[in-house]
Amino acid sequence: MTGALLEMRQIEKEFPGVRALSGVDFTLNAGEIHSLMGENGAGKSTLVKVLTGVYQKDGGTIRMNGREIAPRTPKEAQECGISTVYQEVNLCPNLTVAENIFIGREPKRYGWIDWRAVNARAQALLERLDVRIDVTRTLDHYSVALQQMIAIARAVDIEAKILILDEPTSSLDEQETERLFKIIRHLQKEGMGIIFISHFLEQVYTLCDHVTILRNGELVGAYETARLPRLELIAKMVGKEVGDVRTMGEAGEKSEPKEEVFLEAKAIGATGVLETVDMKIHKGEVIGIAGLLGSGRTETAELLFGIHAIDRGSLFVKGKPWHPDGPMAAMRQKIGFCPEDRKAAGIIGDLTVRENIILAMQAKEGILRHIPYAEQARIADDCIKLLKIKVSGRDQLIKNLSGGNQQKVIIARWLATQPDLLILDEPTRGIDVGTKAEIQKMAIALAKKRGMSVVFISSEMDEMVRTCTKLIVLRDRRKVAELAGDAVSTDALMKAIAGGAA
Amino acid sequence: MKSLKRFAGSSLFLPVVSLLVLLLFNACFVDGFLSLQVTEDGRLYGRLIDILTRSSSLIILALGMTFVIATSGIDISVGAVVAISAAVVCMLIGGRGDGVAETPMALAMLASVCVGILCGAWNGLLVAKFKIQAVVATLILMTAGRGVAQLLTEGQIITVYYKPFAYISGVLPGMPLPTNLFIALLMVLLVVFLMKRTSIGLFVQSVGINPTAARFAGINVTLVLFLVYAFSGFCAGVSGLIESSLIRAADANNAGLNMEMDAILAVALGGTLLSGGKFYVGGSVIGAVTIQTLTTTMYALGVSADQLPVVKAIAVVVICLIQSKKAQDMFDRFKARRAKKHAGGKAVDAL
Amino acid sequence: MKRYLNRLIASPYFSFFVTVLLFLALYGVGMAMYKGFMRPQVFFNLFIDNAALIIVTVGITFTLIIAGIDLSVGAVLALVCMVLAWLLENTGMPLPVAVGLVLFMGTAFGAVQGFIITKFDLQPFIITLAGMFFCRGLTAVISRDTIIITNPTWVAIASYRIDLGIGFLSVGAIVALLTIVVSAALLGFTRFGRTLFAIGGSESSAALMGLPVFRSKVLVYTVAGFCSSLGGLAYSLTMLTGYNLHGLGMEMDAIASSVIGGTLLTGGVGFIPGALVGVLIQGVILTFISFQGTLSAWWTKIVVGALLCVFIIMQAFITEQKGKLSSESSMEGNEAAGPPEKP
Repeated sequence: MTGALLEMRQIEKEFPGVRALSGVDFTLNAGEIHSLMGENGAGKSTLVKVLTGVYQKDGGTIRMNGREIAPRTPKEAQECGISTVYQEVNLCPNLTVAENIFIGREPKRYGWIDWRAVNARAQALLERLDVRIDVTRTLDHYSVALQQMIAIARAVDIEAKILILDEPTSSLDEQETERLFKIIRHLQKEGMGIIFISHFLEQVYTLCDHVTILRNGELVGAYETARLPRLELIAKMVGKEVGDVRTMGEAGEKSEPKEEVFLEAKAIGATGVLETVDMKIHKGEVIGIAGLLGSGRTETAELLFGIHAIDRGSLFVKGKPWHPDGPMAAMRQKIGFCPEDRKAAGIIGDLTVRENIILAMQAKEGILRHIPYAEQARIADDCIKLLKIKVSGRDQLIKNLSGGNQQKVIIARWLATQPDLLILDEPTRGIDVGTKAEIQKMAIALAKKRGMSVVFISSEMDEMVRTCTKLIVLRDRRKVAELAGDAVSTDALMKAIAGGAA
Repeated sequence: MKSLKRFAGSSLFLPVVSLLVLLLFNACFVDGFLSLQVTEDGRLYGRLIDILTRSSSLIILALGMTFVIATSGIDISVGAVVAISAAVVCMLIGGRGDGVAETPMALAMLASVCVGILCGAWNGLLVAKFKIQAVVATLILMTAGRGVAQLLTEGQIITVYYKPFAYISGVLPGMPLPTNLFIALLMVLLVVFLMKRTSIGLFVQSVGINPTAARFAGINVTLVLFLVYAFSGFCAGVSGLIESSLIRAADANNAGLNMEMDAILAVALGGTLLSGGKFYVGGSVIGAVTIQTLTTTMYALGVSADQLPVVKAIAVVVICLIQSKKAQDMFDRFKARRAKKHAGGKAVDAL
Repeated sequence: MKRYLNRLIASPYFSFFVTVLLFLALYGVGMAMYKGFMRPQVFFNLFIDNAALIIVTVGITFTLIIAGIDLSVGAVLALVCMVLAWLLENTGMPLPVAVGLVLFMGTAFGAVQGFIITKFDLQPFIITLAGMFFCRGLTAVISRDTIIITNPTWVAIASYRIDLGIGFLSVGAIVALLTIVVSAALLGFTRFGRTLFAIGGSESSAALMGLPVFRSKVLVYTVAGFCSSLGGLAYSLTMLTGYNLHGLGMEMDAIASSVIGGTLLTGGVGFIPGALVGVLIQGVILTFISFQGTLSAWWTKIVVGALLCVFIIMQAFITEQKGKLSSESSMEGNEAAGPPEKP
């Protein structure tokens, strides 16, 4: 008798061209809170999706209480007793709290839904979780934190034995998180097995008994949280040994920032988006915004580009106060932005490489001042040559390019506008190693040769350390440290991200 | 062979082939369908010319509709806007029996085109600014617009006796072809000019394919949407002139009736996806001619104007199914399964 | 005070209150201006004259709740009128069989539309727009002239009056009221009904919650088809004819009624009693125009269109307000949740 509630052994999952999981083991005991950790693309969410029946595994076994299961849909997984609460609440905002908990399995009387019973049972269920709210109001009346708890209530009531919480705290403040943790601990005492996925180290350490670490689709190991120092945890996640900072030496050239400040942010923030960040971006500087996923990196970039409105603090461009009001306003200040989600916010899939490259430039010129075709072709060809974009021709559709080449096209789009500041949000995610190195070098070259300022955001610490001369470190949506000059090292960065208690 | 294959894959394949099939059908069953004659005063005359002339207002509507559909919207009010525009021009010129115009014709025409633009701008305001779904926004004008047209004509059919008015859809002395064909040509050239000399095509496609990415690249999505609907209104306004001149009257009930469906059909047939994105002006133009040929053919077969929508409705559904990704996936899977079965059968044979 | 006002605006019934107030105000103005409005029968006439529109509005409300739309309602209604008239006048088919047949026909047509939309993931407005043209055309194929129904039973039913003491109602009006009651119960108290609201709120969430999304969506268009054909029967009872242009533009009247009654075009919110009041408001406007005598009937369409615009813009405003409120009330929620008490 092993006593394990859930045993996943040698799980394999392959997507066309990518091995998402190879030989991953995962064990969960009843009455345990187990964290699943890893950086982007480590395979956490794939593992969870295999468990919840969203994906089918290609190999391996899943046993629950010793019996093999193979859920094919989320519904089947639920019937096995596996419930999931996702990062974005998967409930209906227009229905009442009580209905959200019971929809699909409402208690009935004479064939009609018995609303009194629905409300009473919902009230009782939430009280069990120490949540006292009016269950007859619609879900959108309540904060995301409460919605999260309501989602948990629904999950728990479906007689769940295993509860998966996928980044439940990413949009909660401290107090809300505290309340959520109380509920999770309460469920733990009732003997439920809980899988907790979060990027917040602090939370993993306060809440979880065990942690399983994945990297590049492989198992790194399973550890007792209390016996694993923070620094070591981060080292294992990013695949570095503690103290192994020698790789720095080969970094080679870096940019040479000038005295002149291009952009200065003083305590900028936006409600629900970012707490506070200060930074000074010099001309000719490659500055990095570092932190784990969800720490506010992308949000900072989006504030600078005017995608979200800033409601605190002030911005200065070349010493003059500036209030960003939409992307076009930022473009007029000569700022360019390559967004993190290339597919959703970057490429226009059905257009050609040429059209994608000249898009921002044309937008800046306006509808009427059309760039003649010959000119477009020249710009596109220049960019293709300069950035070594692999295409069959400038009129190939961008959606048929590889990820790395798509990224280069988006960068080319902004270079064509001749920006003074280029923000690159995760420009190297999901692209091959060779292209990665090219993009890093290009960022440095732009700063050095053209005197451009570059904001570089990446999950890979190595890359950040190699590329940037200054690092703004964010944790929990606020700036916690700034590393500059010789202080820029993987070691220091890891420590800064891990926080004081490393 | 190779060029044939390339043609089969191009956006023009469907409209051109359906047009050819229809023409062939007509050539076989309608006497003198292909014959062209020149009258004494140098006018070209024949059934083919007739079809082309009749399709002029549809071509113009299809041009506007192409842009709207490319932004993944729709404008079902065009028929009603045609009626309003027709009402305005006839009302201004007036139905005086002695054939005198109450307002100079040029002014009246300008006014009615402006009213068309105004209608389009109203749609654009609702869709772009208030973010109302395009169908509902344009449905309002589709139904209420006929009411407005009725109001302008006071429920009467205004017949215009002013002679030059007939020239819009008739033949100017000394010209070989009717004027409306030239108007259509002019509109096509205008669109071609817009496509070549401005970036509207690029912006419209970007907004239709990926509005988020378009916004991130600095495109003013609201403005693009607004302009597109305003342009569709402009096209409907011009069409209204042609339609009213054709019968020399404003009939608020029947002017532009069911034309929204024809325009949508022409655009879809021309290869533009109804879900938006890439658009093909040439395809839409040929699509419009094809639809007009279909209409003429159906009339020849004894189908009346009010029965015709049955055929067109079926055509729309069929084109939707052809365009549908899901249907394509299903078809691919079906083919794969059959291929598998076939291969399996062979393997068994080999044993 | 402001907070109270905000609460009121955020209430799901706010739109309904506005609608009822508008109705009462219009009726009040009517009573002040015309003596005729004082008669109770004028009120009952609202139901008699608009029986078909009430039923059709119910159907369209179902589709709007799942963030869909059905533009074919008016055309299906015309087709049903026409087929019924043709069957009664040109064949010896008994009345109950003919009625059953046309009801089945409309329902089946709705089901086919629903299946095509859901199975192939097509935009509902395109398919139902095609449906609208198809049915209109088919009506003309059956007969291009008006067919007058002379079937004695049908004529008798049409002229039957249910006496209520202070006034009377027609059979069509009773059917309409029954439809309102049944559909309100269906939406409020059955799993099918609630699933529709869930789909309208968030289709992906509904699927993840394990609700039967595909089946429900097809069923919604089937219900809309059924309502259109039932509405067609009611229309036939008022008109006693089959005619190509029956119910022209009715889809907008129905959508307007639904929206005026509080249905959100973005889906997820719909209120059947509100839809009824929406129809009644249009009815009052019509009555105004008929009492006034000099105003042209074309004003109705324009007024209805304008009303629809006003209400849609009001909806956009309310949704915006709600967005602002939810950030405020999240605090409130926390307070309410308060520190946990020990049992």
